[in-house]
Amino acid sequence: MTSLIETSGIGKTYGSVIALRDVSTVVNAGEVTCVLGDNGAGKSTLIKILAGVHQHDRGSLKVEGEEISFASPREALDHGIATVYQDLAVVPLMSVWRNFFLGSEPTKGVGPFKVLDRRQGREVTKKALSEMGIDLRDVEQPVGTLSGGERQCVAIARAVHFGAKVLILDEPTAALGVKQAGVVLKYVARARDRGLGVVLITHNPHHAYPVGDRFLLLKRGRSLGSYDKADISIEELTRQMAGGAELDALSHELRAAQVDPEASGAASDGVVDKEDVG
Amino acid sequence: MSVAAQAPPADERVGKPGVLDRLVVRPEIGSLLGALLVFLFFSVVTEQFLSPGGVATWLDDASTLGIMAVAVSLLMIGGEFDLSAGVMTASTALVTAILSTQLGWNVWLALLVSLLFALGVGALNGWLVMRTGLPSFIVTLGTFLALQGLNLGITRAVTGTVQVSGMRSTDGYSSAGFLFASTFTFGGTSFYISIVWWILFTVVASTVLVRTRFGNWIFAVGGSALSSRAVGVPVMRTKIFLFMTTAFAAWLVGSINILRFTSVQANQGIGLEFQFIIAAVIGGCLLTGGFGSAVGAAIGALIFGMARQGIVYANWNSDWFQLFLGVMLLSAVLVNNALRRRAERVRR
Repeated sequence: MTSLIETSGIGKTYGSVIALRDVSTVVNAGEVTCVLGDNGAGKSTLIKILAGVHQHDRGSLKVEGEEISFASPREALDHGIATVYQDLAVVPLMSVWRNFFLGSEPTKGVGPFKVLDRRQGREVTKKALSEMGIDLRDVEQPVGTLSGGERQCVAIARAVHFGAKVLILDEPTAALGVKQAGVVLKYVARARDRGLGVVLITHNPHHAYPVGDRFLLLKRGRSLGSYDKADISIEELTRQMAGGAELDALSHELRAAQVDPEASGAASDGVVDKEDVG
Repeated sequence: MSVAAQAPPADERVGKPGVLDRLVVRPEIGSLLGALLVFLFFSVVTEQFLSPGGVATWLDDASTLGIMAVAVSLLMIGGEFDLSAGVMTASTALVTAILSTQLGWNVWLALLVSLLFALGVGALNGWLVMRTGLPSFIVTLGTFLALQGLNLGITRAVTGTVQVSGMRSTDGYSSAGFLFASTFTFGGTSFYISIVWWILFTVVASTVLVRTRFGNWIFAVGGSALSSRAVGVPVMRTKIFLFMTTAFAAWLVGSINILRFTSVQANQGIGLEFQFIIAAVIGGCLLTGGFGSAVGAAIGALIFGMARQGIVYANWNSDWFQLFLGVMLLSAVLVNNALRRRAERVRR
């Protein structure tokens, strides 16, 4: 079976800045490829290439076996690659169903007298959301009244409904609490189970490990390796992400720092006592 | 999608919303209450207000303002302002008047050229705003000042005075006047045709806004331009079209004015842009975009017309109108704010 997306030795430079070099990985249908890395590791550059926002200038990008370079996000979308950005997923003041169909509104009537098919819009939205396991009370409510996790879920369900083959999720759990992040990951797994290839970008290995099938580690624009789940443990993943030896040094520093708060706490207690006396 | 046709089962968590709750979620409800209040007040206080002639007068006063307010409300829902809209009503009238009185053109041809001029200025406004990414407030403040200068400068250069008159003797005046400035009789009272234009414009604008794909895009680009672009909405095209719609409305109002009064002052229209915005805000538009109603803006203009004429009928000094305006604007914003919060709570 050909992979949905396959990159080999892909790279991108902005002027003299090498944002990404030599990154190779695959995205298969029904699998989740996690892209992990700290800030500035090149995660955004990679997904912008996959989403058609930027073009790579080295290596090759194959979509379903065919070598390609997207000219625009629209072109990527036409190839079934949908991207859900963390902060730009939805328009808060608009109702759920209007958001769901934004850009692909259902219409009825002919010629210049085409009007929105609002009934179909509401029903299809409700059905598509419940197929993804998202149970909303009312699709007429403004998206702004939903929680952050629910908003991400609406955006994911939208991409799935409109026939995406590959779903790119840009830090979907970054701004969310523990419980909300869990809910979003559940829908990521559900999209995977429906046969989509998912690219999950995150800097949290604890979110990536439970749903991921493959882990691409990036650091300072370079690939640290692309591992199958069987080949790497979560401890090793975390260690690699934080940069091995650097993490050891950091934990040493933190251990030393932990002694100080107690000392300063005792000192401030002393100050309070003095004030009370005064 | 054979299952889609099936009605989804009603959700037991959604109680049937009461009539009151269903009403308050509409953005124009605040203005409707205000209009009712103003109407009742002047109906009781003055005699002429409810007479057929009185009604015709305040409807006429509201009509040209209403056409502009509706266009401006669409633009505001789309997240932009147009400060040049007031002066544009004079610019378009001046173009029509100078071409037909000074150059002897047929009025219809002059109207066509002034329409192209208006659409050009609207497109320029939109293009500048979208291309530079500057706030439309600043960009259209620039075109506002530029047009104001052009209006005075060109009028003085061509006629030697600051007004253009003599439309009555031009070619095609009677047929154009019939379309834009005639009166019709309804129930024994004569009404200006501008009222029909106002109603027509409101109906079309409102239908486009809530019932069409393009209307969905207007809400979307005002609510969040970046999110809209990410899902493939043509943001630039939508916003430029909205600026051009406002310019079109200014041409319509300018044409109505020049054909009715047959002369135009070069400094006309200045300051009106705020009245358009005020009427739109009274009608439930958010200053930040993404929320509002075209019908609400039309009702906001109606409040203007009723109050302005009502104060005359009540024999009060018209100085009081500004005070009324300020109070009306503040209370509209407060009421809309409270109602919107309540609406969101109901929906949750």
